Order: sequence, then C-alpha cells, then structure tokens
Amino acid sequence: MSARASRTGRSLFLLAPLLLFLAGFFVWPLFSMMSQAVSDTAVLRLLPQSAEVLAGWDRKSPPTPEMQTALIADLKAVEDTQALGDMVRRLNSARSGFRTLMSKTTSALSDEADPPADLVSIDKRWERPEFWLAIADALSPLTDRNLLAAVDLGRNADGEIEHLPADQSVNRVILVRTFWISALVTFACIAIGYPYAIIAASLSGWKRDVMLAAVLLPLWTSLLVRTAAWFILLQEQGLINDVLQMLGLTSGPVQLIFNRTGVVIAMTHVLLPFMVLPIYSVLITIPKNLMPAAASLGAHPLRAFLRVLLPLSLRGVAAGSLLVFISAIGYYITPALIGGPGDQMISSIIAFYAIGSANWGMAGALGVVLLAATLVLYSVYARLSADEPGRR
Amino acid sequence: MKTIIKTGVLAAAAAVLAAGLAAPALARDLTVVSWGGNYQDGQREIYFKPYAEKTGKPVLDESWDGGIGVLQSKVKAGAPNWDAVQVEAEELALGCSDGLFEKIDWDKMGGKDRFLDSAVNDCGVGAIVWSTAIAYDGDKIAEGPNSWADFWNVEKFPGKRGLRKGPKYTLEFALMADGVSKDEVYDVLSTDEGVERAFKKLDELKPHIVWWESGAQPLQFLASGEVAMTSAYNGRITGINRTEGKNFKVVWPGSIYAVDSWVVLKDAENKDAAQDFIAFASQPENQAKLPEYVAYGLPVKEAAAKVPADLAKDLPTEPANMPEAISLNTDFWIDNSETLTQRFNAWLAQ
Repeated sequence: MSARASRTGRSLFLLAPLLLFLAGFFVWPLFSMMSQAVSDTAVLRLLPQSAEVLAGWDRKSPPTPEMQTALIADLKAVEDTQALGDMVRRLNSARSGFRTLMSKTTSALSDEADPPADLVSIDKRWERPEFWLAIADALSPLTDRNLLAAVDLGRNADGEIEHLPADQSVNRVILVRTFWISALVTFACIAIGYPYAIIAASLSGWKRDVMLAAVLLPLWTSLLVRTAAWFILLQEQGLINDVLQMLGLTSGPVQLIFNRTGVVIAMTHVLLPFMVLPIYSVLITIPKNLMPAAASLGAHPLRAFLRVLLPLSLRGVAAGSLLVFISAIGYYITPALIGGPGDQMISSIIAFYAIGSANWGMAGALGVVLLAATLVLYSVYARLSADEPGRR
Repeated sequence: MKTIIKTGVLAAAAAVLAAGLAAPALARDLTVVSWGGNYQDGQREIYFKPYAEKTGKPVLDESWDGGIGVLQSKVKAGAPNWDAVQVEAEELALGCSDGLFEKIDWDKMGGKDRFLDSAVNDCGVGAIVWSTAIAYDGDKIAEGPNSWADFWNVEKFPGKRGLRKGPKYTLEFALMADGVSKDEVYDVLSTDEGVERAFKKLDELKPHIVWWESGAQPLQFLASGEVAMTSAYNGRITGINRTEGKNFKVVWPGSIYAVDSWVVLKDAENKDAAQDFIAFASQPENQAKLPEYVAYGLPVKEAAAKVPADLAKDLPTEPANMPEAISLNTDFWIDNSETLTQRFNAWLAQ
C-alpha cells in the first residue's frame, strides 16, 4: 500500500514540471482571457457613490444635481491615474467623446482656485443623458457586452438583445471567412501534401532526404520572410506573371496578389510541412509489401490504394488536417500582406483591439468566440472520425 | 570518458542556468525604442552612438510599430523593459492621461521656449514633424496630381491607388477629395453626416484601392508599378529618392502633418538616463544632422534654422510646403478611433 503511494508520489513529482507548465502557460492564460471578456469592474471600483445615486435614475431624464455631485466626489477621490485611464477607455468604447470630456472634467476639478459649480458648467455634454447612460450601463461587475459584440449583437436602451447595424460590425462575416480560408488552405495542403508524402515515403536514400529537406527548409525560415518572398513572386510585375506572359499563356498580368488566390497560395506553402510530416510518419510505418500483396491478389492499383493504403494512412491525413486548419485560423501576417480588404481574418481584428486600442475585454471576447467555434468544429471532427468504418 | 563529457555538459548547463537566473539582478542598459527603417539607422548615427560614447555606457535600440496596447501592457506588468520610446501624437495623449508615462523635466530639455508649441507636452518632447502625403513616380506621370480630388480621379490618372488601412487619414483625405476645405475637415468629420459623406466618397474609389499597413509597402507598390499613386510618409519618399535614385514626388497640398514625441515609460529602470538621452537628442547641433538621413521636420527651432536649404526644401516644416497642409487632430482621434475603426472594418468587409 505504502509502496504504491510512494510510487504515485514519485510519478506526481516527475509530472510536476508538465503540470506547472500547463497551469502557467495554458490554463491560466485561457482563464484570464475568458474573465477579461466578461469582467467589467473598471468603472464600478472608481465610482461607488455615483453607482448608488444612478441606481435611482430613470435612465431618460437629464442628470440631477445629486448625480453630478456624486460623480464629482468620486472623480476627486481618484488617485490612481492608470485606473482612471481604464475607466475612461471603457466609457469611450461605449460612447465616443468620453476621452476629451473626462480629461477636460478632471483638469477643471483639480482647479482649486476656481472650483466649478457642477459638471454641466465644465462641459455641455454632461447635460446629455446618453453619457450618463454609458456610465450607468458600465456599473455592473459582469457584462455580456463584449461577447455579444463579438457576434454582432448588442443591447438596446431597454436591455433587449438586438443585431448591431451592418455598417458597424461584421465580426460574424469575418469569422465565417476565417474558417472558409482555413478550410481552403487545408484542402490545398491535402491535395499537394498527400501525394508528396507518398512519393517521399516510397523513395529511399538521398532522394528521400532531398524531398524531406525541401519540406523542412522552408519550415526553418521566418514566416515573414516567406510571406515577403511570395509577395515578390505574385505581384503584377512579379516572376510568375513574367513567366506566364513569356510563355504566351496569358496576354496580360494575372491578378494573383491582394486577393483570395494569393492568400491561399502563400498560406498553403507556409503550412504544407505540417501536412506532409504527419502523413509521412504514418506512411513509413506501413509495411512496404502490402501494396504488392494486393496487386498479387489481382487488385487494380487504384483499388489497392483505396482499400489498403488510404485507410491505413488516413490517420496521418486527419492529424495533418487538424494541425493545418487550427494553425491557419490564427493567421494574421500573411493575409495582411498578400490579401486584399476582403481577406482579413479574425486575428487582425483581435490585434486591433489588443494592440491598437488596448480594449482587452473585446479582444478576449473575440478570442473566446474563436476558441468556442474551434472546439465545436473539433468535436464534430472527433465524432466523424470515431464513426468512420474500418477504424478501431 | 563518457562520464567526463556528461559532467562537463551538466556543469555547462548549470552555468547557463545560473547566468540566466542571475541576469535580472544586473542593471539593464538604457533602451531606446523608435520606428525602425532608414529613420532609426539615422538616429543610431546621430543620437544613439554619440550618446553611448559620451556617457561611456551602451545604449540598446529596438524598434516597434506603435499601439497603445503594447505600452499599456508593458507598464501594467511592472518594470517595463523599454525606457525612452518614440510615440505618435495619439499615443502620447492617451498614455499621458492614463499615467503610462513619466512627466518630462523641461528644465533638463532647456526650457519649453526652444521647441515648437506642438512639440511641448507634460509627458513628451517632440522628436520630429512628419507628414502623410500623396506620392507618385515623376518618371511615369509627367503632369502629376495636385490634390486629393486628383487622387480620386481615375479617368485622368488611370491605375490603382495605395492608402493606409485604417480610418485615420483615410477619412480626412476622402473629405478633402469631396471638396471640403482644409480648415473644415475636422468640423465636418465630427458630425454623423460628415462621416457618412467620407465613406460615400471612399465607396467611389474602393475598387481601385490597394491597402497598405507598414510604411515601406507603399513605396514598394509604387516602384513595382502596382499602384499609380499612393499615400506615404514623406521621409520614406525622399529617402528612396536618395538611396535608389528614384524620382518620386511628394504632393504637399492636402498632406497631414503630425508630431512624434519621445516619452519615458512610467517607472522604467533608467528613467533618469532616458530624460538625459532625450535632452541630448534635443540639442540643436545633434538634431540638425537628422535631415541628412531622413526628411523629417525638426521641432527644436534652433536646429531647424541650421538645416541647409537643399535639405530643408523636402521637410514638412518648410514654409513653402505648409500653406495647404493640415495638422492631425489628435483630440478627434482619441475620442473616435475605436468607433470609426469598427465602422471602417465593416465597410472594408462589405
């Protein structure tokens, strides 16, 4: 009994680095991303008095003197400018104009010599209920605002969920496009990678080494360099167009860049190793004599392939497809440089919120939606591959 | 033999590990961050290297592509690994009100009077005045465009157009193309109808636009003939003319200029050295050398006066280039950037 306990203890000890790694670099970031998406305390923690007063407001009429006094008292009590910054960012994201309004207000309030009577005397915008509404809506510690906005929904003044206007939000379109481009790239990778892996696995010696090196070398080159190289090849006066015209195949330059074609070509090239290598590693474990055996029993090569090699190697294809598809979903640089405006993927939107506007809530919410959609697709895939006949 | 090798490897690994663990305890060298490219190459020659020689301490330089989120996450995490950073006007305003930057010691800089008014801020010292303008290849188009209306005119000037992906600049340019006078651009843009009008004007040009994101792209487009004309940063245009012998022209009317500033990140390890460095970079004799490397205007008045005339003619601050140019309205963009970017992305995807 104690021997078993000590063995368990020892294996836990050996596993500890892995568990710590998973907790620190996988579970915790995921958790914080999700909590960023729904937590909304930036305003509440700075405006406790206003929160009390605003609870009794009818959300329509102009601000009462009590509301203004409470907000003035709250703002005067703020000492942490970074916390104030978070609050202003949150409010400006709900209603444009809070940035300049708040900086004007806080500098007027800090004027000891000539204290302003009320907020409206500092700036007329404080008269308008929509600014107060933005504050009132930001006072609950948890919010579904970001998650709703990530799928083009929002709440109207009465708190009902409704579609955002089509000229304001297109996350759903971009999300669908992201999955569609990823699927196209995955299919292209299968179409090129599978025959490639079969040929590589059937060769031996230096020929096989050369074929594998041809796959691996690009993998060791920076993604940015490869994307830039494709840019040079694909552009209107680029190598590919020059060759096509020299051979007389086309009369004018073919548009290969700033459109979907270019994105799929470049992404397929970048991701091809992730398809070839898993398929190759499965193929070399398949005994070489199976295909001759099938032929000796009278099977046509195509039939032998469909009944013997394909089912046995399908595991590699599935693994490669998953790797390629899931990597492709997160692509950002390649569509940005090679694609046109219609080829932006969801990562570029997430990058704007995270880097450009420091709106971590919205970036987190889009990440959560992307993760959820990927998990759903993965479970569909797992279900399909489990039911597939001929597998254990 | 084998054990000896093993022991050796282990010892080496231990040494590497120890060095890795000990490293954070050592002081980090002054780290200056700028925008890369030929601009930073020039800065390295006239600011970073001479300052390192003067103080006898190394100066590390890194480059970045902007984004207030980058600075915010560095400062929030505590002990930022950058000291002095060059930021755009919008980041300066946002970061200053959010407490991401140290206050500038203006006595160290030699007083506010030595600088252009737009280069003086509680949290930042102006580093350059730069401009976004129309660029075209003078060898391909003899009678070039003179305004944004010409830029929109694809009958008179056939070919694609390059614009920076994003609402900033793009909406201003669209309004000017639609006949809004330069002084009223931001008044019009502040109204819903104005935004509507700008997007409507952009609809006209949309099929002809190639969008760029990094500053080197538009010149590459222009050089390869991918576009007939494009918006571009003025320093890059003059730079490529000098280094590659191109004949790219800058159209100053309708250009939008802005000031980039040096800031010091809040609680950065070398914050005092960073202010000393900024003071060094603001000395007239040092700053006056910048136009030899890149054609950006100088915010220190004395430095601007020292620039020889043949270099000064390409600067955004040159009086002849100023009359039809407008200044970027930072207040408008810190209020509206997020909403308009959402709208712009939606418009792009349609």
